[in-house]
Amino acid sequence: MSSAVASAPSPARETAQGGRSSLTRSRIRAAWIFIAPTLIVLALIAGWPLARTIWFSFTDASLNNLADYEFIGFENYVANYDGEWFGLLTDPDWWHSVWNTVWFTAVSVSIETVLGIIVALILNASFPGRGIMRAVILIPWAIPTVVSAKMWNWMLHDQFGVINDMLLRLGLIAAPITWTANPDTALWTVVMVDVWKTTPFMALLILAALQMLPGDIYEAAKVDGVHPVKVFFRVTLPLIKPALIVAVIFRALDALRVFDLIYVLTANSRDTASMSVYARQQLVDFQEVGLGSAASTLIFLIIALLIVITMAAGRVRLSGDPR
Amino acid sequence: MSRLIASFTLAAGLLASASVSAVEISISCSALGKEYEICKQGVDAWAQKTGNTVKIVSTPNSATERLALYQQLLAAGAGDIDVFQIDVVWTGILADHLVDLTAKGQGEIGGHLPAMAETSRVNGKLMAMPWFADAGLLYYRQDLLDKYKRPVPQTWADLTETARIIQEGERKDDKGDFWGYVWQGRAYEGLTTVALEWIASYNGGTIVDEKGEITVENPKAAEALKTAAGWVGTITPEGVLNYTEEEARGVFQAGNAAFMRNWPYAWALAQGADSTIKGKVGIAPLPKGGADGRHAGTLGGQLLAVSKYSKNAEAATDLVMYLTGEAEQKRRAVEGSFNPTIVSLYSDTDIAKANPFIGDLADVFSNAVARPATVTGQNYNKVSTEFFNAIHQVLSKRSQPEQALNRLDRDLKRIKRNGWQ
Amino acid sequence: MKMLTRIGFWLLVAAVGLFSIFPFYYAIMSSFRSGSDLFTIAYLPERLDFSNYVAVFERQPFGTNIFNSIVVAGAVVALSLALGITAAYAFGRIRFRGRSLLLMTILAVSMFPQVAVLSGMFELIRAFGLYNTLPGLILANLMLTLPFTVWVLTTFMRELPKEIEEAAFVDGATPWIVVRRVFLPLMMPAAVTTGLLAFIVSWNEFLFALTFTLTNEQRTVPPAIALMSGSTAYELPWGTIMAASVVVTLPIIAMVLVFQRKIVAGLTAGAVKG
Repeated sequence: MSSAVASAPSPARETAQGGRSSLTRSRIRAAWIFIAPTLIVLALIAGWPLARTIWFSFTDASLNNLADYEFIGFENYVANYDGEWFGLLTDPDWWHSVWNTVWFTAVSVSIETVLGIIVALILNASFPGRGIMRAVILIPWAIPTVVSAKMWNWMLHDQFGVINDMLLRLGLIAAPITWTANPDTALWTVVMVDVWKTTPFMALLILAALQMLPGDIYEAAKVDGVHPVKVFFRVTLPLIKPALIVAVIFRALDALRVFDLIYVLTANSRDTASMSVYARQQLVDFQEVGLGSAASTLIFLIIALLIVITMAAGRVRLSGDPR
Repeated sequence: MSRLIASFTLAAGLLASASVSAVEISISCSALGKEYEICKQGVDAWAQKTGNTVKIVSTPNSATERLALYQQLLAAGAGDIDVFQIDVVWTGILADHLVDLTAKGQGEIGGHLPAMAETSRVNGKLMAMPWFADAGLLYYRQDLLDKYKRPVPQTWADLTETARIIQEGERKDDKGDFWGYVWQGRAYEGLTTVALEWIASYNGGTIVDEKGEITVENPKAAEALKTAAGWVGTITPEGVLNYTEEEARGVFQAGNAAFMRNWPYAWALAQGADSTIKGKVGIAPLPKGGADGRHAGTLGGQLLAVSKYSKNAEAATDLVMYLTGEAEQKRRAVEGSFNPTIVSLYSDTDIAKANPFIGDLADVFSNAVARPATVTGQNYNKVSTEFFNAIHQVLSKRSQPEQALNRLDRDLKRIKRNGWQ
Repeated sequence: MKMLTRIGFWLLVAAVGLFSIFPFYYAIMSSFRSGSDLFTIAYLPERLDFSNYVAVFERQPFGTNIFNSIVVAGAVVALSLALGITAAYAFGRIRFRGRSLLLMTILAVSMFPQVAVLSGMFELIRAFGLYNTLPGLILANLMLTLPFTVWVLTTFMRELPKEIEEAAFVDGATPWIVVRRVFLPLMMPAAVTTGLLAFIVSWNEFLFALTFTLTNEQRTVPPAIALMSGSTAYELPWGTIMAASVVVTLPIIAMVLVFQRKIVAGLTAGAVKG
């Protein structure tokens, strides 16, 4: 391989010429070798479960007897028996859960992005105690969700919860708020806990992006006397945008699949159910593997659609090259 | 100590394996904690007696997570757990994966509480054996009833009135966060048990009757719901709409409520050394719907069942029969306050000495209402989910009782479309 | 003015810190309390009672659970980073046909709800004979961390200037050497960050850990906490659960304190002259 490299023309010219030099070829071969292990692992662990879920969505499988099922086409999605409509697409509960999820994702990811940037900028500044601060902001992300959701549930209790007590003492509210019990405030409460929990994820990724920026651009801006806010919007933000968008995409992926937070805070309430809560209910509680798989497949399609839209809006270059 | 027992068991097992072929049985009987200890003592005694070994598999504390885990294991036909501890409403859901115990248990089941025996049967076959019972109870503050000179309420109307009087009085005495009545109102299985108590106490049926007919849309059920919805925001904090057992106990045990609906477990804790209401608490059957209503507590509790995929079903069945037998249930009642399912144990003097209120419970259990789990079989969770969501809508005043019950009736009929099974 | 900015900055730091840490502080405080204390509010611990901590380790093999979590999370991070960095180099630095499609496919793995893949994964793990073993869990958790690792590292890889590897290639280095010698040091902040995030994802994973293990000795921390109960199934052993949570959060904090230097150590302005 090394002899091929030595005789190759410089890569800068290779695309212009459109020719496939031996260097390009050897690099492409290397690319496939490098990607292969990841693809094999993912195909191995994800391929079968995902294909199986999609297949089951076209069957009437039940958790009671997974070996015995029939292919029923799209009946899990929409079907008409004796003049009455059945199936996922006709279920108002499903559409309500879709709406809840999308709303939750849009609100919480937006807040987390803004807060994440602010926190990352703080951590990027140099001040005494910065190392400890980095550990401190990561704590919410580090507590297992099974525990932190329950912890919040307790802290938000209307009668003996510490949050109400604090707000009452500070005089910010006049009467205890029923955070999770009232359908009107429940989703906002879920958003608040989610922001608390996952802002560190955003902040840390943005911080890494900030750290990878070359320092000399700031020097130049400083010399020119540009206002820091202007520097941020004109220089920093465009430069960290690719990393920011990846962080947003993965946060959105997680938020669109939100389950345990909503489940612990408000149980199976229809008012706050997310798509995953709905799918889990069908799959596990109701043992409707067919219908639950159909819901999961729809979740997959909805998420894929939203992610593609996000990418288009953010003009993400999937096939971008190094700068 | 437990290590000593364990090595004894091991030694016994080794000895026995020389003569008969000893097997290892695994049982899921608890999360960790005191329940685990009691269960361990029971299975160890059986192991010593029979020469087999028993492994306890701990499963999550939360019922939903536990059911999900069971279903995963059983759906894959995994024989890793031989004996399952199941909730009374799971028999129909899991029946396809369980061993029919009719041959072994038929002789015994007659001595158990009829309602518990009923929950163990699916299509007439005995798929599980009752292990311990639970039922909804009314907890009240004796000191406050004395203070305001009110009797223990016999009907919901009494309770509403008494709770209002006490709440107003206590609030005047500078207890601003005092409430009349707390219960479980979260959108989960617990709300089904609570709301079923209201409806049954008004003679409004049990959602679906024994023949499988949907009966929930009736004026008595609507009346019951109207009463309950009237409590929210007046004698019951609005937050109750997200309370489970522990949140309700929290308000009551901190001395901030006059009445509470809860399971028997709260008794020992309310009377515990660090409780603010120690010695001031009483329990009673839940009130009746009216003069012609009935006292109705929903039946809870746990059963033991044998997995169809068990490689040692014979020994596993034997273990189930031992654990649900009279001697073991008595031991559990004395040492762990688990309420027996065998009727004769309610007049046992040793148990009465350990749990003075066991006599009161006998009535509650024999009058308890069962959730319609047997008749709806695998559809029970769907029925229950539709039901508690409809109730939740009424309680949060987003729907009128009649309208909610009408919609519920329609939704249940959709579920029943091809019959329940 | 400068004074005002500084005060504002510190106020912001304090606010962020307080918001992050208060629930954890409350958890620590609750871990010293028990019984009815659960239902009363306190802002300062009345006494330092470590009995809940003792109970956590006495009632179950919690030390083993922590060890399992460390093994699983450690292996998941090592595998994710090893696979992720090599794949990211290919995706970020080499132009080849099907690249976008492959990246989207990898992302698609993260688009199914976890519960939907659970039973397929369960069959798979049993088929491999990995049920109730740590390798089974490691494999399952890779599904959660690998797409994320590949994507983040690819993005960072792409952001590095074009000229970086050219000199090395001209010197006759193989792509493997380029990745190790040139990119690995430059990618340090990104790798440490993604590694840290992947570690925590795996550390906190509950559903797979609960379903794919059966015995207490094989369980990781989150299901172990879910197994804790009071004297009856209804009672919530709050003090013990809080003590357990504090115990499992400490290793993460320690790790962040150790690794946080690395988050900033890698790239300096001078290193990327190209």
